[in-house]
Amino acid sequence: MQPFKPVLLEAVGVSDGYTLASYKSRGGYAPLETTLSEKKPADVVEMVKASGLRGRGGAGFSTGLKWTFLPKDHPGPIYLCINADESEPGTFNNRILMEDDPHQVIEGIILSAYATRASTAYLYLRYEYPRSWHRLQAAIDEAYAAGYLGTNIRGSGFSLELYLHRGAAAYICGEETGLIESLEGKRAWPRIKPPFPAIEGLFRKPTVVNNIETMACVAQIARRGVDWFKSIGVPADPANPRDPGSYGPKLYCLSGHVEKPGCYEAPLGITARELIDHFGGGVWKGRRAKAVIPGGISMGLMTESELDTPLDFAGPGKVGCLGLGTAAVVVIDETVSIVDFLHNSCRFFAHESCGQCTPCREGTSWSLRLLERIKAGKGRLKDLDILLEIGSTMGMMPGSTICGLADGAAWPIKNAIKKFRGEFEDTIKRTNPSGWMVTDPVPALPIVGAH
Amino acid sequence: MPVVIVDGTEIEIGADERLNCIEAARRAGKEIPHYCWHPGLSVVASCRMCLIETGQRDAATGKVTMVPKLVPGCQTPVKDGTVIVTESPLVTESRARVEEALLIDHPIDCPICDKAGECLLQDYHFEHGQPERRADLHAFSSRKRDVGPTVTLFVDRCIMCTRCVRFTREISGTSELMVTSRGAKEEIDVFPGHPLANKLSGNVVDLCPVGALGDKDFLYQQRVWFLKREANVCGGCSAGCSIFTEHNQDAVYRLKPRENPHVNKWWICDDGRYGWHHLHDASRILEASRRSPSPARRGNGAATPAVETVEWAEVVTKLRDDLKAAGRLAVAVSPMLTVEEAWMLCAVARSIDPQAFLAMGFVPTSGADESFPGGFTIRGEKCPNRRGVEEVLAVYGAGGRSWTDLVAHVSAGSADAAWITAGYPGPWIDTAAADAFAGLGHLVVQDLFDSPLMRLASWRLPATGFAERNGTWVNVAHRAQSFRQAIRPPAGVWPEGRLFWNMLGRRGLYDPVAVRHQIAGSSAALAALAGDMPPTGVDLRIHQLA
Repeated sequence: MQPFKPVLLEAVGVSDGYTLASYKSRGGYAPLETTLSEKKPADVVEMVKASGLRGRGGAGFSTGLKWTFLPKDHPGPIYLCINADESEPGTFNNRILMEDDPHQVIEGIILSAYATRASTAYLYLRYEYPRSWHRLQAAIDEAYAAGYLGTNIRGSGFSLELYLHRGAAAYICGEETGLIESLEGKRAWPRIKPPFPAIEGLFRKPTVVNNIETMACVAQIARRGVDWFKSIGVPADPANPRDPGSYGPKLYCLSGHVEKPGCYEAPLGITARELIDHFGGGVWKGRRAKAVIPGGISMGLMTESELDTPLDFAGPGKVGCLGLGTAAVVVIDETVSIVDFLHNSCRFFAHESCGQCTPCREGTSWSLRLLERIKAGKGRLKDLDILLEIGSTMGMMPGSTICGLADGAAWPIKNAIKKFRGEFEDTIKRTNPSGWMVTDPVPALPIVGAH
Repeated sequence: MPVVIVDGTEIEIGADERLNCIEAARRAGKEIPHYCWHPGLSVVASCRMCLIETGQRDAATGKVTMVPKLVPGCQTPVKDGTVIVTESPLVTESRARVEEALLIDHPIDCPICDKAGECLLQDYHFEHGQPERRADLHAFSSRKRDVGPTVTLFVDRCIMCTRCVRFTREISGTSELMVTSRGAKEEIDVFPGHPLANKLSGNVVDLCPVGALGDKDFLYQQRVWFLKREANVCGGCSAGCSIFTEHNQDAVYRLKPRENPHVNKWWICDDGRYGWHHLHDASRILEASRRSPSPARRGNGAATPAVETVEWAEVVTKLRDDLKAAGRLAVAVSPMLTVEEAWMLCAVARSIDPQAFLAMGFVPTSGADESFPGGFTIRGEKCPNRRGVEEVLAVYGAGGRSWTDLVAHVSAGSADAAWITAGYPGPWIDTAAADAFAGLGHLVVQDLFDSPLMRLASWRLPATGFAERNGTWVNVAHRAQSFRQAIRPPAGVWPEGRLFWNMLGRRGLYDPVAVRHQIAGSSAALAALAGDMPPTGVDLRIHQLA
């Protein structure tokens, strides 16, 4: 593969790379000053739109397009929320950016706030990142002191207040309307849409919610230009008019059973196999990969034979996964039981389901209990059909839930059982030799204690 | 007019109406099952029972484009050309799955659950559920805990529709209830030290679609299928909330709010909800009795006149004779009486003494009006029909006369006999105030309970409560509502209307509708009482405005 010099991770390994001085020495904040003095907000929106930047938080929605959904000439406040509630298992790219190059993120935030005409921005940080919290707060203080934040930034007339908000550790707070509810001080139950946040978001005002890595990309687009950004990645598929292409560099979080796990920057479109072999030093201990999670646990599973799938926004979908997600690639080697994997996945989602919609609340919990029973040697083949039915009927796609958490919970179930059904059946037959074939309905209910 | 197509049937809706799919389908006679949605609360679309298929018919071509997934009917507004499909296989399967999911953690303890018989989970399971249980998981429990003085929470019966939580946030504005934990471990709870104790707390029990919230006042008192309900009006204050009195064998078991957009919407307050126990109080006065007026009553407690019980048929004549013989009559028309009873009482009084002094009875009050964020108001005036009695008094040329005027009239020695109608559910007069009525030739007191005034009376007549009478009350906002009796008064007591009807010499059974029509013809202010009375009542001012 082509050699690629990291851009977003430029500061990694640089001593004191997280300081303002180091960031400025690498050319930081200069594009901000040029933009504020020479460009109009609409120009920044156009620039980001032209770059084809798609949100790095998981859904891959076009960032520039999202910004244009804000009402025109809105008199009241518009809010910018930065989603750093990075809770998807396997994902840690935002943490690297916040810890090693917080000013790159802050510059992106200022540029994005300028483009969206927001004068208040909230950075919602997950609780489990204490170092990010300290580094970000220090960087924000530095930026205020240097006049990059606050009123009348560098004499441009543009003002921005940036607040760092530390969450209380819940996966659902990463859902954008859950994040908004949590910021408002409420239980993070995702809101029903419409209205979308761009129309009615934080404090019932128009709001944009963007990911940390998206902000870093905005800063780099402003510094290096649209053409640089579009020169990286996978162009739009001309055969598919709905494919906007996957441009730019991407941070891949490689973890699991590889020799060298870590956060690596590569052009969008690198295949999973290239990533594992080139960056990860191959599957550990000389073993073979059994399955690979393409982008966080909620994206499902790729089998060994699907590893040549390009990890761009369209790639994983072609092999039955939910999407690229957060590009957190987790490698599972051949010694791992897929039943254990799915049990772990279901445990996570049963724990993190916010409990608002019935299909997700009960579906995640039921699937966990079915897998617990299979692991306890009491599984039946019929359970696999029930699991598949739960998996294929909960989520936004069938329309049975408000947010996408259930889709994320469903995909590992669907992928694992469809792609590894033989292993599930073998496990059930081996561990439950006398009862695996039972299909009887449940007999009478146990006696309930009296009141 | 916009047209909505529900399962192939076209229905028209109003041009300005903002309906969701559940409401639109209901117009077409189709019930879309739902738990979390309630017309009086915000939409959360979380129970997912109302998932349906929708589409849009193109006005020009007539071609229907369907949405490729299920949508919640509660969250989806209808407009011209909206297509609603409530019975497709996809919808039916989805409902069965939601019903199955809700029952996974439900204790299914229907035999010992108060809600059984009026439980949406039961009803929907029979209608939309699956015949077999696939989730063969144990872990049923049946925990309960107190959440406040009126309500018990049966934790595991809850289906997390959050209606109760939204009620305390949006209607009562007190926010006591909340959701704790996450996922399938979620529970409704209160904060420690902050119980569910607001004046509207009982409504959360009505809102609960399952048996999770139990009304302590009703808990284990009666199976709901034995209850019969009569549309009544609450007599607790001048708001005049529409209610159902639920009763069995002449015993009231509970009161429920009856939806009335003009008065109480879907709610009633706890004062009203639990304000029926006086009807079954053992100390109620149940017999009509008379004692001969003693010549030396004031200052001579030794003289105890003979007390005789009077049969109801004899009351009619003896009471008239006594009052006629006494002379000048003063009558207090209680604001607890219905319009019909007040009107007949005035007629009776004037037939005994054409110059009879008519005045408003005692008007009990308790503090100021109390309003809640959801638009509900508890009135400080604790009687249901002051406005109605005022209008009746005006017909008899006694408009504006208050209880104070009557007391002054009697104290001034301008009356020889007084007839005080009362019927209040609690104590209302003290000895000092009652003393004004001592020394009259005859004192008729008609009340539910003994009182200092009752002890002075020469005629003691029992009164009846709100669920035991027929008639019409006019609330503080001039809305007249008619209602019928739910239970019979105890021990053969004649309701006031029957007594007055007979004292007027009218034939047959007391007919409140006939009286109401007669009143409507006699007064412009009460003209709206003519004709049939809709269940939600009429505004007396409509004729005056026209």
